[in-house]
Amino acid sequence: MADIAQDIPVATQAPPRHSSGALGWLRANLFSSVFNSILTLLAVALIAAVVPPVIRWALIDAIWSAPNGAACHGGGACWAFIGEKLRFILFGRYPIDQDWRPIGVVVIFLLMILAACDRRLWGRRLALLWFFGLSAVWILMAGGILGLSSVETALWSGLPLTLILAVVGMVFGFPLGILLALGRRSKLPAVRVICVGYIELVRGVPLITVLFMASLLLPLFLPAGVTIDKVLRAQIAFILFAAAYLAEVIRGGLQALPKGQVEAADALGLSYIQRTRLIVLPQALALVIPPLVNTFIGMFKDTSLVVIVSLFDLLGAAEFALTDANWQGFAVEAYVFVAVIYWCFCFFMSRYSQLLEREFNRGRRR
Amino acid sequence: MTSEEVSLSLTPPRPAPWRDPKIRGIVYQVVFVVAVVGTVAFLIHNMLDNISRQNIATGFGFLHKEAAFGIGESLIAYSPADTYGRAFLVGLTNTLYVAALGIVLATVLGTVMGLARLSSNWLVAKLAQVYVETFRNIPLLLQLFFWWGLLNSTAPPPRQAWQILPDVFVCNRGVEFPVPVASPAYYWVALAFVVGLVLSIVLRRAAKQRQMATGQQFPTGWATLGLVVGLPVVAFLVAGAPLALDVPVLKGFNFSGGEAISPEFAALLLGLVIYTGTFIAEIVRAGILAVSWGQSEAAMALGLRSGLRMRLVVLPQALRVIIPPLTSQYLSLTKNSSLAVAIGFPDLVSIANTTMNQTGQAVEGILMIMAVYLFISLAISLAMNLYNRAVALVER
Amino acid sequence: MSETAAITASMPEKTPATVIELQAVHKWYGEFHVLRDINLQVAKGEKVVVCGPSGSGKSTMIRCINRLEEHQQGRIVVAGIELNADVKNIEAIRREVGMVFQQFNLFPHLTVLQNLTLAPIWVRKLPKKEAEETARYYLERVRIPDQADKYPGQLSGGQQQRVAIARSLCMKPEIMLFDEPTSALDPEMIKEVLDVMIGLAEEGMTMVCVTHEMGFARTVADMMVFMDRGEVIERAPPKDFFSNPQSDRTRSFLSQILAH
Repeated sequence: MADIAQDIPVATQAPPRHSSGALGWLRANLFSSVFNSILTLLAVALIAAVVPPVIRWALIDAIWSAPNGAACHGGGACWAFIGEKLRFILFGRYPIDQDWRPIGVVVIFLLMILAACDRRLWGRRLALLWFFGLSAVWILMAGGILGLSSVETALWSGLPLTLILAVVGMVFGFPLGILLALGRRSKLPAVRVICVGYIELVRGVPLITVLFMASLLLPLFLPAGVTIDKVLRAQIAFILFAAAYLAEVIRGGLQALPKGQVEAADALGLSYIQRTRLIVLPQALALVIPPLVNTFIGMFKDTSLVVIVSLFDLLGAAEFALTDANWQGFAVEAYVFVAVIYWCFCFFMSRYSQLLEREFNRGRRR
Repeated sequence: MTSEEVSLSLTPPRPAPWRDPKIRGIVYQVVFVVAVVGTVAFLIHNMLDNISRQNIATGFGFLHKEAAFGIGESLIAYSPADTYGRAFLVGLTNTLYVAALGIVLATVLGTVMGLARLSSNWLVAKLAQVYVETFRNIPLLLQLFFWWGLLNSTAPPPRQAWQILPDVFVCNRGVEFPVPVASPAYYWVALAFVVGLVLSIVLRRAAKQRQMATGQQFPTGWATLGLVVGLPVVAFLVAGAPLALDVPVLKGFNFSGGEAISPEFAALLLGLVIYTGTFIAEIVRAGILAVSWGQSEAAMALGLRSGLRMRLVVLPQALRVIIPPLTSQYLSLTKNSSLAVAIGFPDLVSIANTTMNQTGQAVEGILMIMAVYLFISLAISLAMNLYNRAVALVER
Repeated sequence: MSETAAITASMPEKTPATVIELQAVHKWYGEFHVLRDINLQVAKGEKVVVCGPSGSGKSTMIRCINRLEEHQQGRIVVAGIELNADVKNIEAIRREVGMVFQQFNLFPHLTVLQNLTLAPIWVRKLPKKEAEETARYYLERVRIPDQADKYPGQLSGGQQQRVAIARSLCMKPEIMLFDEPTSALDPEMIKEVLDVMIGLAEEGMTMVCVTHEMGFARTVADMMVFMDRGEVIERAPPKDFFSNPQSDRTRSFLSQILAH
């Protein structure tokens, strides 16, 4: 005989008031123990101490328009300074009448990056798109053909320069990084030693050293009389630097690839190049897309270092804007503005990378 | 057929040379090495050519020449009459000092923030997340400029210095703070600290043996705290409790007394610690999350309370995941300290830069910088590899 | 009065050796009512097998017994100790209740022997030698005495689960809880683990077991409990439970699980 049997279900009840709803949430998340309650109070005190003064400085007391620097002091933030210098910070010393060209360049870059986020385009179409995109960027910035007036690279500055240095660095550093990663895993000792040597050398020294090397030593390395312009020197430095870091990321992907893939390719009779191009690389690269995006984010932030070798990227242009005798003393406003621009780029790219990582993990977990 | 008629060759014949993978391998390597060496030789030839044409000196002889430039702050004695070599040494010590201090502070900040992100307190977790997301996505150089601008330009002159704590002032000359006046009592305090440290190590060992033998536990945590803190306090009191402080006092246009750290040093340290702290926070968080919840549940089911659970089960496993990327961040911080050149702190790169400008010997200067950083990188990599091998989890 | 309260009131007097008692236990995950009015008594030495479809709350219920999950309403008494927010009570209960997990949850950074001696040394405060003797005894009992110095990563799934059982036994608990102990094992290793559990049952251990292994249940269980959607639907000795289930839902579940 059964001790208990019931076919009539117990009615669903609502949870007790103190453990659900808004009160329950507060109790569980903010006041679950004495220690937590103290922390909550401290956190609230911190917010109350910091946020209102910042809002007052940034919004309430801020001065939004002023004729010159002297008139802009004495209140909160001087956003008039940003208004005055906006064009300079964004585009630097590029000729003002040709402004549509750097604007076009920034738009093209944004479109290229957005296109890269669309999974359906990955593959040959994306490569083609980027090739045309970069060519268009080059033509727009340099000019000299198609009826555009020529603009020397010394005048390239601001946001376009930042984007060019970062993107071109990654685009050219990528194939070099692949070669280095493959070389590092090669069975031929001479190749392996040279690749390891290069990677460890470049990864072991600060980026500033590589930039110094490029800007001070490259002219010496070239035959007498051959000059190389400053932007190109910095670009080469970024390419060499990116190649070493990308090589390590790609090496991680190559190591994570199951050995069975290589064995299957060999069993099918594929040569080394065929096996690498058709089987190994596509899979290895797909495995490490999130770290690749993270490397790009790092490179984007690192372009700010070119101000040390006297190039005017976004940060450099802001630094230069601060030297205007009429507008003195607005360093905080300038840095906050530039920080917001960098932050937007980097934050959304890192969110995208996290999204990719989640999707890839979902597909991988069995 | 007899066995003598059939000659079985036990070693297969070698293939034709151009098909033999061994020979091909050697040929590829020779070609590759020749190409690389050839390119390098070409570059070096050009370099020597250009150098001689521009009448730049070569060799490291300049290290013995007089430097003739001043250095703002230095841990060792230096004057412009000293050699370039000594100036370089000053830069090296400054770099190591900032790096060491930065590593310690960034680890503390990062660990606290990483744990905060895992807190069950929603507000604390969210604030930590705001910290990480904000400072991770802004370039370090920009952060350095910001802090330096704040401490250098926005900060008021000494006469109107901000007083953030009793006797601690922030002005555009730096951060002034009081220091204790030197007194023999402090030697006793230091001695007591060392004695306390040694005693606590001995105590822990004895307590462990006692636990193994009898099962009884001894509160070594509290005892260690008592020895390491209590003994110095006792020594301090016995030696007369000298509390005299050398306080910075405004005299005329500047402060005298107390100690100061320059705006450059403060900005560099602040920027490095806050920036690297975000990455360390994420590493710590990932490390603790990597330990599966089932481990904590098994420990709970066995009756281990939360402190023991953390110490015996979660932390040992979390540390294995945390330490490799952590040492990589330490390396990163050391390399990032080179950005000091942009805000005028006299670190290695900054001084080498000045030297290169004065002597024109860019090649030697850059070689020296690279040598130092490479040495540090390889040392840290080696240490990490040894650690990894020692604590690797044993699997099939 | 609810149906259940009426039934509970008419049940025979509890035997004095009740070691686990759940009275009108409710649990919510947010708004989701996951345990509804659970009433259960387990006597000393009794072997209870809990079965039911996935999502029925059976794992949640036994995890409430050693406070791995918290119940919001109702009373739970284990080994005479009231289970509430009091940390001392929770620790006392966890000392007397051993748990075996579906995913084994052995500590990978410690050897098998260290896994077994960890809790006796740090919770029961035994000397190391005594703890190791107990550990080797139980390793012998689960038939893997030569693996004492290996690490969990070097053992097969079946071996790991047996070590996990030995680890709980080293604390000499009064009650053993099993949360789907064989669900993560390859088929050829299930038998070795079930054999150990049968041996434990024959020695008189009080066991509450969530499992799909109906053969094991028929052999070992004193009482079958069927749960569905957070409620205890039916409770009966195995011979009645399998041959003459009273509730429709029980019948439907059994027909699915015993079909192959």
